[in-house]
Amino acid sequence: MAAPLTLLLVVAVTIRAALFRSSLADLIAERVEVVSPLNAWKRVVEGLALLDLGISPYSGDVFHETPLIIYLFHFLVDYAEITFMVSRKFVSSVLLESPRLCFRKQKYALEADRYPLDCLELIRSPKEMYYIPLKVAMFYLLNPFTILSCVAKSTCGLNNAVIALFILCTIKGSALLTHTLSLCLHHYPASFLFFLSFRLYIPVNIRRPSFWWYTLQYAFMYLGSLFVIICLSFFLLGTWDFLPSVYGFILSVPDLTPNIGLFWYFFAEMFEHFRLFFLCVFQINVFFYTIPLSIKLKEHPVFLIFMQLAVISIFKSYPTVGDIALYLAFLPVWSHLYRFLRNVFLVSCVLLACSALFPVLWHLWIYAGSANSNFYYAITLLFNVAQILLVSDYFYAYLRREYHLTHGLYLKRKDGSEATLVLK
Amino acid sequence: DEELVIRPLHSGDIYASFQFRTVWDTDFMGGKKVSHYRLFPKSLGQVISKFSVRELHISFTQGYWRTMQWGQPFLPSPPGAELWVWFQDTVTDVDGTWKELTNVLSGIFCASLNFIDSTNTVQPSASFKPLGIGNVTDHRFLRYATLPREIVCTENLTPWKKLLPCGSKAGLAVLMKSEKLFHSSFHSQAVHIRPVCQDWQCKSTSWELRQTLNVVFDLHSSGQGKREWSLFKMFSRTLTEACPLASSSKIYIDVTDNPQGEQFELSPATPLLSQAVVLGDRRTYSVYDLTQQATFGSMRSLNMLLRWKSSDGECDMMRPLLHGERYVAGYGLQTGEIHTLMYNHHPYRAFPVLLLDTVPWYLRLYIHTLTVTSKGKDNKPSYIHYQPSKDRVRPHLLEMLVQLPPNSVTEVTVQFERALLKWTEYTPDPNHGFYVGSSVVSALVPSVVAMDTNSTQERPLFSSFFPSKEESSYFVRIYTEPLLVNLPTPDFSMPYNVICLTCTVVAVGYGSLYNLLTRTFQVEEPSPGLAKRLANIIRKMRGVPPL
Repeated sequence: MAAPLTLLLVVAVTIRAALFRSSLADLIAERVEVVSPLNAWKRVVEGLALLDLGISPYSGDVFHETPLIIYLFHFLVDYAEITFMVSRKFVSSVLLESPRLCFRKQKYALEADRYPLDCLELIRSPKEMYYIPLKVAMFYLLNPFTILSCVAKSTCGLNNAVIALFILCTIKGSALLTHTLSLCLHHYPASFLFFLSFRLYIPVNIRRPSFWWYTLQYAFMYLGSLFVIICLSFFLLGTWDFLPSVYGFILSVPDLTPNIGLFWYFFAEMFEHFRLFFLCVFQINVFFYTIPLSIKLKEHPVFLIFMQLAVISIFKSYPTVGDIALYLAFLPVWSHLYRFLRNVFLVSCVLLACSALFPVLWHLWIYAGSANSNFYYAITLLFNVAQILLVSDYFYAYLRREYHLTHGLYLKRKDGSEATLVLK
Repeated sequence: DEELVIRPLHSGDIYASFQFRTVWDTDFMGGKKVSHYRLFPKSLGQVISKFSVRELHISFTQGYWRTMQWGQPFLPSPPGAELWVWFQDTVTDVDGTWKELTNVLSGIFCASLNFIDSTNTVQPSASFKPLGIGNVTDHRFLRYATLPREIVCTENLTPWKKLLPCGSKAGLAVLMKSEKLFHSSFHSQAVHIRPVCQDWQCKSTSWELRQTLNVVFDLHSSGQGKREWSLFKMFSRTLTEACPLASSSKIYIDVTDNPQGEQFELSPATPLLSQAVVLGDRRTYSVYDLTQQATFGSMRSLNMLLRWKSSDGECDMMRPLLHGERYVAGYGLQTGEIHTLMYNHHPYRAFPVLLLDTVPWYLRLYIHTLTVTSKGKDNKPSYIHYQPSKDRVRPHLLEMLVQLPPNSVTEVTVQFERALLKWTEYTPDPNHGFYVGSSVVSALVPSVVAMDTNSTQERPLFSSFFPSKEESSYFVRIYTEPLLVNLPTPDFSMPYNVICLTCTVVAVGYGSLYNLLTRTFQVEEPSPGLAKRLANIIRKMRGVPPL
């Protein structure tokens, strides 16, 4: 296990180092699919330059990172490339750990005899599961999206590192520690963390007093760490400017730079009268699926994390390919669902085609002038539809596998012929 | 006072500059209400008193002043409209007062100054120091705005002429006929109000209103290619009398290049000659005094004629010491670079210049890419004041003090990123582009000739506009070209389609997740095919058991 992992790491580092040194690094750092106004490296440098000039980075509209990032990069700005590569390795190692841990738990479930005998082929053998962490690491490190994101030095990599750490800690059971870290993220994950670890390994029994005691403890710790982080950010710069600049920016979407998400063109073409309404609708849409998903998947916390990550990456206000890479890295964990997936071929073709067409249509719009914004917008729509299909397909496959685990794999109807299974 | 200065330019064009000066002895600082205006226009007097204005400078310009071909103008102005105002320190809400002032001025001058709002107003911290007396230098009370897209036409000239004491009926203002004035390469009209000392002890102040009009007539379009200029050819009018309300009314013709009359011939000849030091150069002028009846001659009208003797023999014009240029580099609609070039043509003296740049918010400047190079080497500015923009609230403001080495070109470059605006924020012709106002370069240029610092002596108006505090340098302000930048545009015909399509994608996500969340798997009893169902219906009707 160690040897292939080391080989993988070496290959990944080589690719990234090679790209860093080439002229492609500048080109990639400017691509709108890879960087967004929230996590572009150029803006971090600009924020640091403004700080050097004695102006608060939040007095203008260029810098939208939390003050902790300023603090971090003030010292690390010369070692930026190494920082990002280290964060990549960190993510991959964390991602390695999580499936391993979660399968350890699943092994206990294996030994339970509640599954009908013909489901044995649905259950994974330990031999398969042995290779899954390596596959996860490979999916993450060698994913072109992650490579591009790392070479562009987008702070998405750091965000992914913190999310991965959160997932690891949640699986391990020490969820309380991670809130302080995850609150560094000014992004949406802050929302679902609360529900997530809350529901994780705690049996929900409203009548038991210990449940409420635990809730209270948990809420207190969450609010406390939130307070600490916000105050720390305040003391770094001495102003509260960062609150509207960071959180207000994500929520109110004033910057309409094109990206791979749905927000930019929608709000570029929105009637002024309805702007606030649709802004609220779109932002609620991101958080909306938390409660239903956590109710439905309360026995399957790891899948819940995956679903939440995916939904947030698709519907957030400034998505980039780095966010997509994180949830795509989880796909090998569910490789046993392959037989129930319905749209694999379609989704993979569409994703590949859209990824290839993004730079082409951008060039045609911005540089050649022979296409207009509608072309790029259409590809954005298609890409998001493909992602939604992928996520809902995996969800379907997961639920179907659960059904089969409880009811048997080869279902027969009353008269003995083969049955079909539908959602009703 | 009124005066007209005519200066033949080396390219064959001719530069005419009118200045009208009205002095009003009243004191606003005390806060007394004034009702006796005499010669001062009542509309401007009311503006000054109502909005507590200390200094007001407004100019409307059509065309760009070509410094390298025409030399330095007496009064520089940027293309489009420019307004800068110093308020008195009794004003509490400067922004609100500024907004009202711009609206009132747009009514007075029939110009669309109401487009001046917080997105194109800045507060320069070092440039645009007050030109009148008074020592308030808190730049909170200064506001500066330009509208580079503004066009000047007859509707702006008419109210401007109405502000003159004699109107356009007598005196030099008779020459201002719009069909000739606007048929020119450069046309600029301005109004400057500032407090000045009444006498050399400066015990009391009075208000000075200067109205200036600068025109450059082109040799080929107005002059029909013949190098022969007369008042009638330039303005289609001749002068018959001076304005009776004017205390002095003069015409100055620049004859420095023509001491013995070998280049051109001036008729009718005039014995009066005067010398003045202006723009670092000692120039000689032939003077026609219109208050003397003898000037008009027997025909009661004055039509000066300058006829050039030979068509060759261009002698060297003194090269302007300071010159600026600006352009946009880069390709595509995503990023770009603004390059500002400043030329110092002095052979051995270096001097510092103050560069003021106002860039609209939708061109996001990246100040870490700012580079200043002179002669290929890095030149660090000694003072940088940068105020970053806020989207849809205020523009970028960059002010730098740069030392220009002698005989060199200094290049200031900064990268920017173009923003995508909301579809309602584009002008009706979005592919024309967006204008970026001119940069302002202000400097004290060393002068070869000693400047006259005595401010109370009678001097021609054109040499007394910028007060010179020291003898060895004179103040110069240069405006660079405005820029025209294209922004990426969304498709304006698509708002409904975009809303529908995006909501469809969101609904696809919602629908599939809703299905999976609220429904469970069940074994399906398949319903029989259509043929079988029809057969069953027929069988039921026949009374036969179904299939």
